[in-house]
Amino acid sequence: MKINRSRYITQRIAKALIWTAALSTILVMFLILFQILKDGLPVLSLEFFRESPKNMGRDGGILSTIVGTFALTMVAIFVATPLGVGTAVFLREYTRESAISRVIRFGTDCLAGVPSIIFGLFGFVFFVIFLNMGWSILSGGLTLAVMILPTIISTAEEAIKTIPYSYREVSYSLGATRWQMVVNVIIPNALPGIFTGVILGVGRSIGETAAVILTAGSSLIMPTSIFSPIRTMAVHFYILAREGISMEMAYGTGAALILLVLLINTIANWSLNRYVRNKA
Amino acid sequence: MEKKEKYIEKALLVIALSSISALALIAFFIFKEGLPLIWKVGVYDFILGDRWVPSKSEFGIFAMIVGSFWVTLGSLLLGVPLGLACAIFLSEWTPAWAAVILRPTIQLLAAIPSVIFGFWGLIVLVPLVRNYLGGPGLSILSGSLILGFMILPTIISISEDALKALPPAYKAGALALGATHWQAIWRVMVPAARSGIVASIILGMGRAVGETMAMIMILGNAVKLPDSFLDSARTLTTNIGIEMAYASGDHRQALFATGIILFFIIMALNSTAIVLSRRRVR
Repeated sequence: MKINRSRYITQRIAKALIWTAALSTILVMFLILFQILKDGLPVLSLEFFRESPKNMGRDGGILSTIVGTFALTMVAIFVATPLGVGTAVFLREYTRESAISRVIRFGTDCLAGVPSIIFGLFGFVFFVIFLNMGWSILSGGLTLAVMILPTIISTAEEAIKTIPYSYREVSYSLGATRWQMVVNVIIPNALPGIFTGVILGVGRSIGETAAVILTAGSSLIMPTSIFSPIRTMAVHFYILAREGISMEMAYGTGAALILLVLLINTIANWSLNRYVRNKA
Repeated sequence: MEKKEKYIEKALLVIALSSISALALIAFFIFKEGLPLIWKVGVYDFILGDRWVPSKSEFGIFAMIVGSFWVTLGSLLLGVPLGLACAIFLSEWTPAWAAVILRPTIQLLAAIPSVIFGFWGLIVLVPLVRNYLGGPGLSILSGSLILGFMILPTIISISEDALKALPPAYKAGALALGATHWQAIWRVMVPAARSGIVASIILGMGRAVGETMAMIMILGNAVKLPDSFLDSARTLTTNIGIEMAYASGDHRQALFATGIILFFIIMALNSTAIVLSRRRVR
């Protein structure tokens, strides 16, 4: 009986520890958001978003960095989405598990684990120097595209996986070719899942710093074409904080960055939930 | 029509090879830039040399390897127990209301840019460590604490999947034999899910080794062998991140060479994790 009781005590202790762990994770996340938003939100104003940085970022706002972030993300998404969805379609609809699909999967899994600073080094020597694109929106966007490719592949593949086999059979029975089936059945049905992957890619692009600073530069001038160098919000935030240019502006930019990430996360969740509900 | 289908299939194959080609390109260009310097300095002197003075052409990255090692180990000491606890909490013990809070929290933890973590570490953790434990505050301890939280999403999501993928009979069997819920979890489910859990830890390790921006902001970046966890340190990643901005010639090559070592470490970790998670599927 004594042994019996002690194992319930152990269970109680374990339960308490696990609750503590879960609650402290929530607490730390909350603290991080709270302590940056508390000092950052008061800095935000309409002018902050409408003006470009002046005096290296001591005054003015963050408009040119918002434009830079947006442009860079667009390039990344436009390049990575077709490649990612194409890969997923190939893996799911055009091949069975084979040597080739194993190689592709291995490549994708490895690419997902490569640290961003390595992407930065690669983007710098390949896009900036070898292909002579210079520090530009294009170099940065292409580097980010390679970086978010694994995310887009895996979410698109998950989405295609959930499409019932009967959809394909009906399409074939109507005389569709494989490609017609992909275009008319697979892609439309996988769209919400693909969208989720794209949103996740957007989130990663916005927050990325190490790879972007080495490939897109850190110019504060408003970009005029995709060959212009730019500074993204995350890079701007980093430079302001690390070089101690202006803590006030750093807090403001940090708060703006957090709000943007929260917004994107909400959209991703919403699209994911809607998708799951539709499938169920 | 037949012909068009053939072309499309070929085109899709080319697209599908983009990720593995990208990986090959990355490896090729980083090796091409960095290898000449490693040969010049000598593999042994480059990896085990503890003097890094680019102006005098002394390139030894041992201090950075040691720095990366301690910071990663420290982050695992915090991240593994916390992550495993959260994974157990989410897969076995969550009341609905707690999951509704914890899940978005973990998603957010994964989505928050690393510069934000670095900044928070700088304004909150670093002063705390400096005031209460001494030292410069910019230290291995501060870096490990932040990194421990940054690797949580990786550890939690993959461990949780591993626990949830177990056949229900494992838990049911343990309970039927009279085990408490905790005994079923700790003695049966966790050991059964161990390859997935280990894979999650290795992937978390990969993330910790690869993190750059947050570490530049928190570690203090001194190039020397750290004596204690309150010392400032430099990792492989921060070495590249800090000096790439102004390096040229041999110095720049040495940074790419640092990248090669980092690439090797990451590939070894990734491949191990991939093999482990494949085993789980079978």
